[in-house]
Amino acid sequence: MVSNAIAYAWLIPVFPLISFGVILAMGKKLPGKGAEVGILALAASLALSLAVFFQTIGQGGDFHGYERAVSWLTFGPGSELELGFRVDGLAAVMLVIVSLVALMVHIYSTGYMAGDRRYTFYFAMLSAFTFSMLNLVLANNLLQMLVGWEGVGVCSYLLIGHWWEEKANSNAAIKAFITTRIGDVGFIFGIFVLFWAAGTFNIAEISEAVDLGEIAPGVITAAAVLLFLGAIGKSAQFPLHVWLPDAMAGPTPVSALIHAATMVVAGVYLVARMYTVFFDSALALNEVAVIGSITMLIAAFLALIQDDLKKVLAYSTVSQLGYMIAGLGVGAYTASVFHIWTHAWFKALLFLGAGSVIHAVHTNNMSSMGGLRSKMPITSATFIIGGLALAGFPPFAGFWSKDELVVGAYEWATHGHPVGWFVFASMLITAFLTACYVARMLALTFFGKPKYDAEHVHPHESPRSMTTPLLVLCVLAIAGGWVGIPGEANLFGQWVHFGDLHHGFSVPIMLGSIALAVAGFGVGWAIFRHGKTSVDLKGSAWGWVYRLLENKYYLDEIYMRGIVRPIREQVARATYWTNQRLIDQVVNLAAFVTVKVGFATYHGIDQPLIDGAVNGVGRAAGVLGGKLKFWQSGYMQRYAAVLFLSVTLLAGVYLFIKF
Amino acid sequence: MPVTWVLTFAMLLFCVGVYGVLARRNAVIVLMSIELMLNAVNINLVAFNAMSGLTDRLAGEVFALFIIAIAAAELGLGLAIVLLVYKNRLTISLDEVNLMKW
Repeated sequence: MVSNAIAYAWLIPVFPLISFGVILAMGKKLPGKGAEVGILALAASLALSLAVFFQTIGQGGDFHGYERAVSWLTFGPGSELELGFRVDGLAAVMLVIVSLVALMVHIYSTGYMAGDRRYTFYFAMLSAFTFSMLNLVLANNLLQMLVGWEGVGVCSYLLIGHWWEEKANSNAAIKAFITTRIGDVGFIFGIFVLFWAAGTFNIAEISEAVDLGEIAPGVITAAAVLLFLGAIGKSAQFPLHVWLPDAMAGPTPVSALIHAATMVVAGVYLVARMYTVFFDSALALNEVAVIGSITMLIAAFLALIQDDLKKVLAYSTVSQLGYMIAGLGVGAYTASVFHIWTHAWFKALLFLGAGSVIHAVHTNNMSSMGGLRSKMPITSATFIIGGLALAGFPPFAGFWSKDELVVGAYEWATHGHPVGWFVFASMLITAFLTACYVARMLALTFFGKPKYDAEHVHPHESPRSMTTPLLVLCVLAIAGGWVGIPGEANLFGQWVHFGDLHHGFSVPIMLGSIALAVAGFGVGWAIFRHGKTSVDLKGSAWGWVYRLLENKYYLDEIYMRGIVRPIREQVARATYWTNQRLIDQVVNLAAFVTVKVGFATYHGIDQPLIDGAVNGVGRAAGVLGGKLKFWQSGYMQRYAAVLFLSVTLLAGVYLFIKF
Repeated sequence: MPVTWVLTFAMLLFCVGVYGVLARRNAVIVLMSIELMLNAVNINLVAFNAMSGLTDRLAGEVFALFIIAIAAAELGLGLAIVLLVYKNRLTISLDEVNLMKW
């Protein structure tokens, strides 16, 4: 039996929609410049989300979702467009994540953005974003999801470019928008394929059709691969991950809300939502697993050598998204969603903490921070806890979900899917690297000697509007993972699961992943505790680590951007060498063969036969073009005259035939 | 009133509109002529609805209302374009605007 709160779940996105309108219309005249409207609306959304959430989990593990929709456009028999919502465990969990993080970010922004030139517009956009995201989460059909999907893209674009007076910021906004758009094309075509095959946009009906085997396997694979393209773009997966680090040009609370906790997990959410489709296609699952693994590795390596605090977090986000995606690729559905849940808390915390630090020292660069622990007690304490959660230390949130993902990959591998081993190994390496860069980040920011200009910069703790969200998120970063402690009492597994309930648990793997996290943290701490950034390492005893990283980047020149100059030059040279010696040779060989073949073809076939035909066509086209020039005059009225004349003629023909 | 009268009137109105669109050079007058044509269509729709005898159904009237709403939007867009063309070329004479080609 479904009681009231769930039936009113459609109101959750309506609140921020209203506040968006109100802020735009009259925000500037309000005493709080519009911020209070947004906060109020989000508080309402959060309250309703929590009610929906508790009611959903109250239904127990057999709850298969509640759906309600109105049809607003019917075209042809059985084909209609719906406007509706669907609440199940997955959606309920996401609702709580989105509305809680959004509320925290709204509150935090009143402090962080105080005095900003476009303060009111900023809050209007935050509301619009939250509305789009909640709409995406609740949508019961793919088209509605797409509307939310594009909506968050637009808001992300506007918010990244919030300070568009600087060219770099507006470039970053454009890059983010266009890069994700590449993936969106795949998403849209995936929707078309599914609609063509299943005759509906409704997610539950599509899933059912797939379950019943009504759709051909090839079609399912095509749809899954296309849908996954959308996820690659939105969730910043390799090779479209390049936009996310640049997106850090936006205000830090925006990074926390959009580029860490909510929008970027939309891709993961999409895969989870359409999991029936993916699960039916081994090829698609493998693709998901491999892309996720590659992403988590390359991003973790890159996070190790960033100087910009926000970029460390950005690459860390890309890496963690890779974790979730790879987890979905190895059938660890619950664990992946669980990781969305824990990641949202600690990564939002880390970003807001980073914003608090940046607010205090007026720079993003860790080479100008250091020793902030005593100056900013709340920020540093919460940030360190967030970092430990990210590094995967028990009992913090990140540990539980990460561990479950690793176990999931191991089980997938032992059940006869070789790709599981690849994912398993990638996850372990990434776990080590994650702990390593977390140690570096903490050491460079909060410990050691101050490296900022002490004469001009006087770091102090941020106002309460900024520290309160930190504390709230900190509690969740500590305790948020306890709902998913593996075993029979795994609550999260009952909330969100695909197919049967599943209890993956392995003590050796758990101990191993703890050991890796500790080792990674130890290594990172040992290297960076003296406040060195990676640039200083070059000649030191730890140079081999540095060279290892450097070698990693021989792979692809694209990942070089944004990395310090010395490294960039080395790699450029290596790429050039590869280009000249390897790729060019292949190209030359191909060209040589082509020339030979072409020569033979030219005299044998081309001249006598084809050229004659081509010349004829060309001449005909020339003559025709001359005649057609009249029709391309560019004068609107000539076009209109032709149009009317043609219609009259057609009507005449019609009448002639009819009578 | 016979429906033929109404249809004839609508046809004449439409023809005036067509003449305006094809012969006048002022872009604003062209837009006005488009309105005439749309309204001729509206009259037709209402007339056909009355002619069908199904007075409890208002499909024709509803369509006409839709067209009025959409025509308003279209006119706004059209005037905005005319304004921009004027800003850039200091003319709204359609003879001097041959941008609709590539």
